[in-house]
Amino acid sequence: MLTKKERLNGCKTPGPLQLSQRGRINTQPLPKEAAYKNEMTDNKNIQHNKKPSESEAGAMMASSLGGGQEGVPFPGEVHPTPSGGVLVTALDDVINWARSNSLWPLVFGTSCCAIEMMSTASAKYDWSRFGFEVTRATPRQADVIIIAGTIVNKMAPVLKRLYDQMADPKYVIAMGACATSGGPFFYNTYSVVKGADHVIPVDVYVAGCPPRPEALLHALITLQKKIKSGLTREQIRMEKPETPFPKEEV
Amino acid sequence: MTTEELKIKISELLPSVTFEEDGQWLNVNADAKDWLPFANSLRDHPELHFDYLFCLTCVDWKTHLTMVYHFESTQHRHIVVVKSKLDRNKPEIETVSHIWRTADFHEREVYELFGVNFLNHPDLRLLILPEGWEGKNPLRKDFEDPVNMVKL
Repeated sequence: MLTKKERLNGCKTPGPLQLSQRGRINTQPLPKEAAYKNEMTDNKNIQHNKKPSESEAGAMMASSLGGGQEGVPFPGEVHPTPSGGVLVTALDDVINWARSNSLWPLVFGTSCCAIEMMSTASAKYDWSRFGFEVTRATPRQADVIIIAGTIVNKMAPVLKRLYDQMADPKYVIAMGACATSGGPFFYNTYSVVKGADHVIPVDVYVAGCPPRPEALLHALITLQKKIKSGLTREQIRMEKPETPFPKEEV
Repeated sequence: MTTEELKIKISELLPSVTFEEDGQWLNVNADAKDWLPFANSLRDHPELHFDYLFCLTCVDWKTHLTMVYHFESTQHRHIVVVKSKLDRNKPEIETVSHIWRTADFHEREVYELFGVNFLNHPDLRLLILPEGWEGKNPLRKDFEDPVNMVKL
């Protein structure tokens, strides 16, 4: 039987950015990220030391669902069962494929971008052909939240609460200029949050004011590719080349 | 009613008004201290009969504030705009919420954004801004907010 910890091993998402850590340029790892990394490496060390047996097949698969790509040349764990080690890796890919092809969005349309989101959802551009079939305004069965519109100071706690109510694994798309950075309200506004990533961590940003439906579809497909690649948000950030912005010294 | 007739009728009600006609509708500049009887007669006079107040806002010119009211008559279908200058340091004007009920909410909004005190308003408090924003009038030109507002 898998323990809850093993089951959830690959599904952790980091907590929201602290309000003091503004901007996406932040290259310092969040305080909780270090804890996650230690956990993942500890888990792998345990698996390497033990001789894998039949009853631990489940545990091995669970640990490979998470970050199996931290500098390891061969993705996933090799488990010498009679059916071969390929079983574990293939399951990893299959699960990622299934997840990415059936992402049910939670609509969070606050202003004008919601109109473009509605038109992406309806007949002409239709996102349900990519798997975004059931879009409801409830976080119950939602996988991805599409923040379409301006986030004002009064709405920020509502957004955070909805994001917390979604079940893991969850992803976030920031649609439009307002959700990316405050957009046209970046200067001289007393009430707009300058980007949704001050409240929740964002996976994909879509530029535009409002972005065309094709741009939103491209963002959805990019998110699908990101999920299929199997890397968590921190791993993708670590893999990216150094940005020209200076690192903040703590 | 044509613009000329409107001007004549309104000057009868309040002789001290001035008119401007370069906008879309007839603009009437009234004084704030004669506002209440003038507003009452705007609604009650049978030939004017302005019973629909469709806009109530305030404009912050740097030297003074201006209250702007847009009226329409559903019977005669004419539209007039009434403007009234207010002193910046002590902006006060009579409320019209007992004449046109929609002014109740619009005046609350002007109160929270510009700080205009409406005399005899039944329930003058913040409309949309959360608690803690009394006294801070965000839409005034001299409003400073170093946390949220990024200066160019």
